[in-house]
Amino acid sequence: MKPQVKIKTLSIDGRDIGAREDETILEVARENGIAIPTLCWLEGLSTVGACRLCMVEIEGSSRLLPACTTHVEEGMRIATDSERLRRYRRQIVELIFSERNHVCSVCVSNGHCELQSLAQALGIVRVHVPYRYPRLDVDASHPRFVVDHNRCILCTRCVRVCDEVEGAHTWDVSGRGVDARVITDLAQPWGASESCTGCGKCVHVCPTGALFEKGKSVAEMSKRRQFLPYLTLMREERR
Amino acid sequence: MPFIEEYQRIVALELEARKAITHRLLVCGASGCLSSGGDAVREALAAEVNARGLGREVQVKGVGCMGLCAAGPLVAVDPAGLLYQAVTPADAGDIVASLGSGPVTRLLCPTDTPFFTRQLKIVLENSGLIDPERIEDYVVSGGYQALIKVLTEMTPGEVIDQITRSGLRGRGGGGYPTGLKWTTVAKASGQVKYVICNADEGDPGAFMDRSVLESDPHRVLEGMALAGYAVGASHGYVYVRAEYPVAVRRLQTAIKQAKRLNLLGNAVLGTPYSFNVEVRLGAGAFVCGEETALMASIEGRQGTPRPRPPYPAEHGLWGCPTLINNVETFANVAWIVRRGGEAFAAIGSGKSRGTKVFALAGKIVNTGLIEVPMGTSLREIIEEIGGGVPEGRRCKAVQTGGPSGGCIPADHFDAPVDYESLRQLGSMMGSGGMIVMDDSSCMVDVARYFMDFCMTESCGKCVPCRVGTTHIHDLLARITAGKASEDDLRLLDELCELLQGTSLCGLGQSAPNPVLSTLRYFREEYAAHVGEHRCLAGACGATEEVTS
Ligand SMILES: Cc1cc2nc3c(=O)[nH]c(=O)nc-3n(C[C@H](O)[C@H](O)[C@H](O)COP(=O)(O)O)c2cc1C
Ligand code: FES
Repeated sequence: MKPQVKIKTLSIDGRDIGAREDETILEVARENGIAIPTLCWLEGLSTVGACRLCMVEIEGSSRLLPACTTHVEEGMRIATDSERLRRYRRQIVELIFSERNHVCSVCVSNGHCELQSLAQALGIVRVHVPYRYPRLDVDASHPRFVVDHNRCILCTRCVRVCDEVEGAHTWDVSGRGVDARVITDLAQPWGASESCTGCGKCVHVCPTGALFEKGKSVAEMSKRRQFLPYLTLMREERR
Repeated sequence: MPFIEEYQRIVALELEARKAITHRLLVCGASGCLSSGGDAVREALAAEVNARGLGREVQVKGVGCMGLCAAGPLVAVDPAGLLYQAVTPADAGDIVASLGSGPVTRLLCPTDTPFFTRQLKIVLENSGLIDPERIEDYVVSGGYQALIKVLTEMTPGEVIDQITRSGLRGRGGGGYPTGLKWTTVAKASGQVKYVICNADEGDPGAFMDRSVLESDPHRVLEGMALAGYAVGASHGYVYVRAEYPVAVRRLQTAIKQAKRLNLLGNAVLGTPYSFNVEVRLGAGAFVCGEETALMASIEGRQGTPRPRPPYPAEHGLWGCPTLINNVETFANVAWIVRRGGEAFAAIGSGKSRGTKVFALAGKIVNTGLIEVPMGTSLREIIEEIGGGVPEGRRCKAVQTGGPSGGCIPADHFDAPVDYESLRQLGSMMGSGGMIVMDDSSCMVDVARYFMDFCMTESCGKCVPCRVGTTHIHDLLARITAGKASEDDLRLLDELCELLQGTSLCGLGQSAPNPVLSTLRYFREEYAAHVGEHRCLAGACGATEEVTS
């Protein structure tokens, strides 16, 4: 017999809402049609709270909290769309644009990119911090896929899907700070990886054009990730 | 109880052995003095004593840190109460010859100065007096009595009650009430719980925890064992950075000795309580001092922080309730249990009770380690105990709290040193580093230095810290180079606010503090760099080039 789930009542942006106690603020908000921007979060993967776009205000707490990792509590009063939050979100997206080389017009994912649509939704028309223009590699050694570090935002979705869903753990992060990179195996060329099964899940969960299929030209790389919630659901059923 | 009799036998034997000794030469063997040749001095003294056939009555003893590291190698003569400074092996003959007669005046270090008379030692009570590599020394000084008392007379709840009454707060930086933390872990449900000692000390200029571990490692182990009993844990880890080889070695020796006497291990002193301690080495990443990153590192994963809640007290090492405290926090525990929480609470001021160890560094006469009651003013610490800045310069500010703290200008030196006052001044207690700056320091450059540290040490997991620290650093570098505009200053403010509000862990949240505190107290220096391309301290070389 499953233990009984308790219901908590709370309010989000002034709306009174009931939620299961094991839900996060993000899940409850989405169920109720309240949009909170996210980049590192993806349904079916573990949460890491790394991009900081989903930060929300909670009445009575001076700290902002990430909606994706914070569980609901009785009586919580949450604001998801204040002027301050909107400003922070724009700044965070600008920081991401400035970090590497995100040139949409020549990107395989132009028009299908989560970073791009987020910037549009937040009304970003220019980046106020200086671009860093690092010189980064493109690894095309894999027979079917390419990783272009210029477009990577270090959301680690590839790392998590490969480990948690495919079970291969080909991807990882090496280095610190702005020098951090996603790597395959022990920082070997992807094509030389012995653990990679070539399943392509990493490519399809990648929010930008950092991971793509060979042969795709500008704006041709759209991602399919409907498989993910389905796979995780099936795995949980089997447990 | 046979184990307690064994303990008493060791105390008696040790006291007996000491009767024959007329003089003891205590040579500092902590990292500071070791680096200036303390080892060679000790060997020379021992050889001299043997050559004169004084091996029975004169004991040469390696001890822990005596505090005044700048004057090392230090040698103390007991019971004459003399302290010799900057001793070399060539001085051994004179020192041994002088025993029982007058002192070797050319080596004398005065001990009636505020540096020695104004301190109050709890954490450092044995430092510089006992041999950290001999458990007998610790035991004779009252060591492990608290553990015996607790295991024979007190319930875990009573131990926590004493800690709560003492008002002890975490010495790792945050100042979280220790009694409250222990209560939470004790109440958390779970068969397996862990105790972790955070000895990752990574702030530039800080060496308090290293010194405690090098000078009195058993004190930390006893504190952990008491904590384990109080919260219901039977396993502990000490997470030490590998750059502290002496501390690691002494800690490992201490663990072995304590196990042999059954003061650690299974069935401690024959009671049902078991407590095993292991040492884990960190590779020196500053962020691994953050508790969730530290636990990830112990588990063998990459040392990156994760969002809290859940806090380690509920969901810590391998998902089990975990108590994590700093070295200095644990080093206070046995004293509190022995003397009672009230005795500890009687020291200090406001909500900050007890004492605090500080590492004095930078432009100050008495570089070294001190321990003072909480609430002592910055002026007393810097000008009296520390001896002020060296001749001919004016003291400008003190940086407390390392890369998470801020710069406090000299005209605020009457402020008491406690958690709340330092926070109000825009700085932090931090772990206890104090870097004193004179008027030759450019405060923008100081902020740039700390931001460089945060940028290099950012783990790269969350966007604001990873990218924000590099932009803030670049802006500060532009300001010191005299190439920045008013817009850059505005951007600097905005980025600092963003990092404070949205970073994942304390590193990013507090990285702006050195910038914000210098902006608050030394805004004119920023303005001069930007508006007139001039460095008021005359420190930024590049700025002058721009002017000419
Ligand atoms: C970036 C960062 C570095 C830290 N480094 C240390 C450290 O070196 N030593 C330490 O005791 N605590 C450090 N802390 C604080 C720990 O996370 C934790 O709060 C502390 O160990 C708790 O012990 P306490 O309650 O005894 O202070 C650090 C925190 C942050 C955010
Ligand atoms: S979606 Fe919550 S932090 Fe990225």
